[in-house]
Amino acid sequence: MEHFDLSLVNWSRAQFALTAMYHWVFVPLTLGLAFIMAFMETLYYKTGDEEWKRITKFWMTLFGINFAIGVATGIILEFEFGTNWSNYSWFVGDIFGAPLAIEGIMAFFMESTFIAVMFFGWNKVSKKFHLLSTWLVALGANLSALWILVANAWMQYPAGMFFNPDTARNEMHNFWEVLLSPVSVNKFLHTISSGYVLAALFVVGISAWYLLKGRNVLLAKRSIIVASVFGLITSVFLALTGDGSAYQVAQKQPMKLAAMEGLYEGKEGAPLIVIGALTPGKQYNDNKDPYLFRIQIPKLLSFLGYRSGDAFVPGVKDIVEGGYTYTDKDGNQKVALSAEQKIERGRIAIQALADYKNAKELGDTTAMAYHRKLLDANFEYFGYGYLNDPKSIIPNVPLTFYSFHIMVGLGFLFIAFFILILYLVFFKEFKINKWLLRTAILMIPLAYIASQAGWIVAEVGRQPWVIQDILPTVAAVSRIDASAVQVTFFLFFIIFTTLLIAELRIMFTQIKKGPKDGGK
Amino acid sequence: MQNAMNLIKRIFRFYYEGFKSMTIGKTLWLIILIKLFVMFAVLKVFFFPNILKRNFKTDEERSKYVIEQLTTKPK
Repeated sequence: MEHFDLSLVNWSRAQFALTAMYHWVFVPLTLGLAFIMAFMETLYYKTGDEEWKRITKFWMTLFGINFAIGVATGIILEFEFGTNWSNYSWFVGDIFGAPLAIEGIMAFFMESTFIAVMFFGWNKVSKKFHLLSTWLVALGANLSALWILVANAWMQYPAGMFFNPDTARNEMHNFWEVLLSPVSVNKFLHTISSGYVLAALFVVGISAWYLLKGRNVLLAKRSIIVASVFGLITSVFLALTGDGSAYQVAQKQPMKLAAMEGLYEGKEGAPLIVIGALTPGKQYNDNKDPYLFRIQIPKLLSFLGYRSGDAFVPGVKDIVEGGYTYTDKDGNQKVALSAEQKIERGRIAIQALADYKNAKELGDTTAMAYHRKLLDANFEYFGYGYLNDPKSIIPNVPLTFYSFHIMVGLGFLFIAFFILILYLVFFKEFKINKWLLRTAILMIPLAYIASQAGWIVAEVGRQPWVIQDILPTVAAVSRIDASAVQVTFFLFFIIFTTLLIAELRIMFTQIKKGPKDGGK
Repeated sequence: MQNAMNLIKRIFRFYYEGFKSMTIGKTLWLIILIKLFVMFAVLKVFFFPNILKRNFKTDEERSKYVIEQLTTKPK
C-alpha cells in the first residue's frame, strides 16, 4: 500500500475530523438541555408556579438557538461518506445504512413534530400534552443519537455481520447483535451522558453569570438546583459508563487502551496513570522510559481492564510483536499473533477475494468454494493486508494519552464541582461566593473540551482502522484528487466557523436579554 | 372528509401562527434556510457527488469496482 497517496488520506481524515468535531459542538447541548427543560416543565406542571414556566421557556429559547444552528450539520458527514470514503460506504453496506435510515426517520418525525408543539403550543395545547411533547423532544433527540452511535460502535467492534464477497459488502445477519453489542450499549450511554453533564454545566454556568450580575436571581437559583442535581447524577453515571467503555476497549481494542495509558511494555498488575507526561519521540521498541513523570495507582489498570488486579495488560510493543496470551470473544485462551503475522493473514484474505472474483468470472465453482473458504478463514485480519509496516498499527500515542487524561480528569472535576454546589445550596443556604460563580462560568468551555477529548480518544485511538482490523483508512478512502479535499476542508472550516460565531452571538445576546417576560 | 379538512386547517393555522409570532426564531429560520441551501444546492451538487452512484448504473458494477479497488494497488 506504499503507493497510496497519504496526503489524500490525511486530508480526507482532517476534513472528516473537522466536520465531526464541529458537529459535536452542537449535539451534546441539545441532548442534555432537552431533558433539563423537561424536568423544569414537569415542575411547572406539578406546582402550577408560573416562574417555572418562565424558566423553562428561557432555556427552551437557548435550546432552540443551538438546535437551529446545529441541525443538519451531521448530514455533511454523510456527504463525505459518499464522496471521500466511497470504498468504505460500499464495504459497510446496510450495517451503516439501516441505523442511519432509522435515525433520519426518527429525527424527522419525533423531533420535528414535537419541537413545533414545544415552541408554538404553549397556549394552544393542554399543559399535559405540551409537557409530553417536551419529553418526546428529549427522547427523540437521544434516540436519533442512538443510531449513529450504534454505527460508530460497529466500526470499533464489528458484530452481527458477515462479509459477502459477491457484493463486496458486509451484510447484517443479526440486527440485535449490532444494536446491543456491549460496545454499542456502553458507547451510547457514555456519549449521551457526556451531553447531559455538558448541558448541566452550561445551565449552571449561565445561571452563575446572572447571580454575579445580580439579575434573574430566582431563575438562576432554581436552574442551578435542577441542573446540579441532574449534573451530579449524570456525571456519576458518566464515570460508570466510562468504566464500562474502557473495559470494552481493553477486550476489543487493546492497542487503543495501551495508547490511552502510554503503556509500551505490558505487565501483570499494571498501574493506572493518574497524571503524567510522556517522553517525546518515544519509539515502541526503544528502551526509553515512556514517562517524564507520572503519578500512578498500582494494579488499577489491570483491574479496570480485566477485573483482576493481577491481570496482564498488553502494551504497544506486545501487541506489535505478539506472543502474549489473551482470552478471545468466545472465552478461549489464545496466543496473540504479531502484527507481521496478521499482515500476512490479511494479504492471504485480500488475495483470496481477488481469486474468488476471477474464479467467479470463469464460472469455476470449485475454485470459488476454495477461495471463499480461504477468505473466511482469514477475514478477521483482512485490513492488515493493506499495511506494510507492523508499526502502522500504532495510533498517535501522545494525542490519545493526553486526550484521555484530560477527559477523565475533567470528568472527576465535574463530579466534585456538582457536589460542592449542592452542598452550598442545601447546607449553606445558597451562599455561593463570587469565586465559585466565576469557576462555574469557566466550567462551560471545560465541558466542551472534555467532550471533544472523548471523541479524540475514541477515534484517534483506533487508528489506523476505519473498521477495527477489517478496513484501514488507506483502503477506505476514495481515490480522488487530494486538492479537491483540501478545498472542501477550508470551505467547511469557513462555513462551520461562521455558524459557530452566529450561534455564540445570538446565544450571548439572548442570555444578556434574559427571560422574555422578566422574572424575579 | 370534513373532519380531515378541519384537522389539516387547524394544523396549518398552528404552524402559521407559530411562525408568525416568532421573534428570534425568524433569524434562526433564515440561518437554517441559508445553511440548507449551501449544503444541498452548493456543497452536495458541486463538491460532494456520490461517486459510486454517479459513475455506475448498477449495484453489480459498483461491487465489481469496489472489489477491484480493494484488491489492486492504485496506479
